[in-house]
Amino acid sequence: MLELRNITYRVGDKALLDSVSLEIHPGEVVAIVGANGAGKTTLTNILSGKKTPQSGEVILDGDPIESLPANSLARRRAVLPQFSNLSFAFTVFEVVLLGRTPHQTSASVDADICLEAMRVTGVAHLASREYPTLSGGEQQRVHLARALAQIWHPNGDGDRYLFLDEPTASLDLAHQHHVLHIARDCAKLGLGVMAVLHDLNLAAEHADRIAIMRQGTIAAVGSPDDVLTSENIEAAFDISVMVTQHPHAACPLVVAVPEEDIDLRLAREEQALHETIQQLLNE
Amino acid sequence: MNGSPSSLSALRLGRSQPTASTQEASVERRYPLGLNATGILGLLGFLLLIVSVFAAGAGALSIPPADVVAILASKLGLGSGPSPDSRALQYEMVLTGIRLPRVVLGIIAGAGLSVAGALMQGLFRNPLADPALIGVSSGASFGASLMIVLGSLLPGFLASAFGSFSIALSAFVGGLVVTWIVYRIATHGTQTSVATMLLAGIALNALCGAGTGTLILFSNDNQLRDLTFWSLGSLGAATWATVLVVAPLTLLAIALTPRMARALNAMLLGESEAQALGIHTERLKKSVIVLSALAVGATTAVTGLIGFVGLVVPHLIRLMFGPDHRLLLPASALLGAILLVAADVLSRTLLAPSEIPIGILTALAGAPFFLWLLLRSQGGAWGAKGGLKDA
Repeated sequence: MLELRNITYRVGDKALLDSVSLEIHPGEVVAIVGANGAGKTTLTNILSGKKTPQSGEVILDGDPIESLPANSLARRRAVLPQFSNLSFAFTVFEVVLLGRTPHQTSASVDADICLEAMRVTGVAHLASREYPTLSGGEQQRVHLARALAQIWHPNGDGDRYLFLDEPTASLDLAHQHHVLHIARDCAKLGLGVMAVLHDLNLAAEHADRIAIMRQGTIAAVGSPDDVLTSENIEAAFDISVMVTQHPHAACPLVVAVPEEDIDLRLAREEQALHETIQQLLNE
Repeated sequence: MNGSPSSLSALRLGRSQPTASTQEASVERRYPLGLNATGILGLLGFLLLIVSVFAAGAGALSIPPADVVAILASKLGLGSGPSPDSRALQYEMVLTGIRLPRVVLGIIAGAGLSVAGALMQGLFRNPLADPALIGVSSGASFGASLMIVLGSLLPGFLASAFGSFSIALSAFVGGLVVTWIVYRIATHGTQTSVATMLLAGIALNALCGAGTGTLILFSNDNQLRDLTFWSLGSLGAATWATVLVVAPLTLLAIALTPRMARALNAMLLGESEAQALGIHTERLKKSVIVLSALAVGATTAVTGLIGFVGLVVPHLIRLMFGPDHRLLLPASALLGAILLVAADVLSRTLLAPSEIPIGILTALAGAPFFLWLLLRSQGGAWGAKGGLKDA
């Protein structure tokens, strides 16, 4: 189990994360959602060990991650960055092969694993193309294959985790679902997957649990049905929404309600306020 | 949790995907001439041997390659060497006393400068980076100028202690000190910022340039001439003594680089990506800077400034064989050695008996070639159709 315990991370006197606690279990997909600046990326950076919090701990199966050797940590968790800038003319296969850096396996084993990873993310046919000549979406899937090659196979070090930071940002609709299917399949293999997502409906459809972040804290965490309520979403994103049932999958569907209904919302809030005052008066 | 990945059914996108197994046999990069990495290094090594033998034979007293090989063989205790007449003795003296140290210095300098260039380009993740960026060249230049212009003010015992090495020593120390300052400026706590290092390098390069300029202002005609020739580079100072001084530092740097090849590959993805792959990026940065500074500092100290080798050679290797440092580093060392030994032959023979400074030749040959590569890869005005990428 990967566990965040009371993480606080400050820049200056602004707390980007304020005593955040979260658990990620092997075999589940946890989606992190939240408005811009809510602390999602900071959370990913702390989980992956890139940033060290001022207080709190990240515990991997009982060990604080900073106590683990970099190499063995890298065999247990892979990170798909939001954006990756590689201008050198590696071939696609060579980029995916970089995912095997922390392993001491033979070249043929590495090649087999990389080929498999490329096939799964749908970039095997690009294997000998030069990376800089690919489209943004293709590049993103190459990096996903690299992350898979890194942690995909059990290696005796313990449970493995995959962190995806906005993995769908540059992908078309079909590939967005494809990537999250891959995340699901990884979870089936026993990996713990954490994905930062912007699309609430993608999160609702593919995640086992969703954590909504707001101003550096986790405002709500739980199953999509429990967490994706209009109150929670309105509080976190400052937009009125309607939550209904997905017509096809067994999960909630979030629809933004047009701006003119703001008046309605204000009226409703006023109503609620009146009721509270009434209650207080009655007491 | 130990399920096998082969049970993955993730290819749900079937329809729009090209059949996945089109050409899996050819995923490995194909190198020119059908060679593998070992073959490329073998070929470059063989070329270096040929060039070295011819370089050792070329000059005012021309020695046939066969005699060069025979003399070398007898020195190594293989075979009896050529018949011991007076001509053979002359050959042997010229070869072992003058030519060989020069060829060996050329090999070491070319290899050291090229490897340092490849390391810098990897560290800065920029194919146009150059060892000069971290201040080692300008620092060495300032150190050398200081000794050339003000060396006569040194107390006599110091001057005599280092003798002819005083300029080299001063240049070496100058290069290391300036690199150390650049590194310290860019380092906060345990973290070194590559971007800050670049900017600090620019500032210190300017500062050293100003210092060197000031010294030029106070120099007399002879010193000015020495300074100018130092800044154009030459292997003319080659003796077995200088080789013995430079070789350990440079060869140590070259010998340690293969261990960093995989880490440098990961570094090309970016620093945080490299960390996620288990690379100690701070340790890597420190080793790259120390080794480059040692290799370039030691080389520059005895040869003066030799430009363009560190920039062009790794670039050429990358264009031909791709950016994988496991091949790039050793191949750059070999190609750099070949080019510098060849350039030195030209520098001694083109205008014999006078010598053309080698820095002029490397720039004269390197710069147009580099421009041609740029134009060709862009498919620009004078470029070949299709560009380099498709070649």
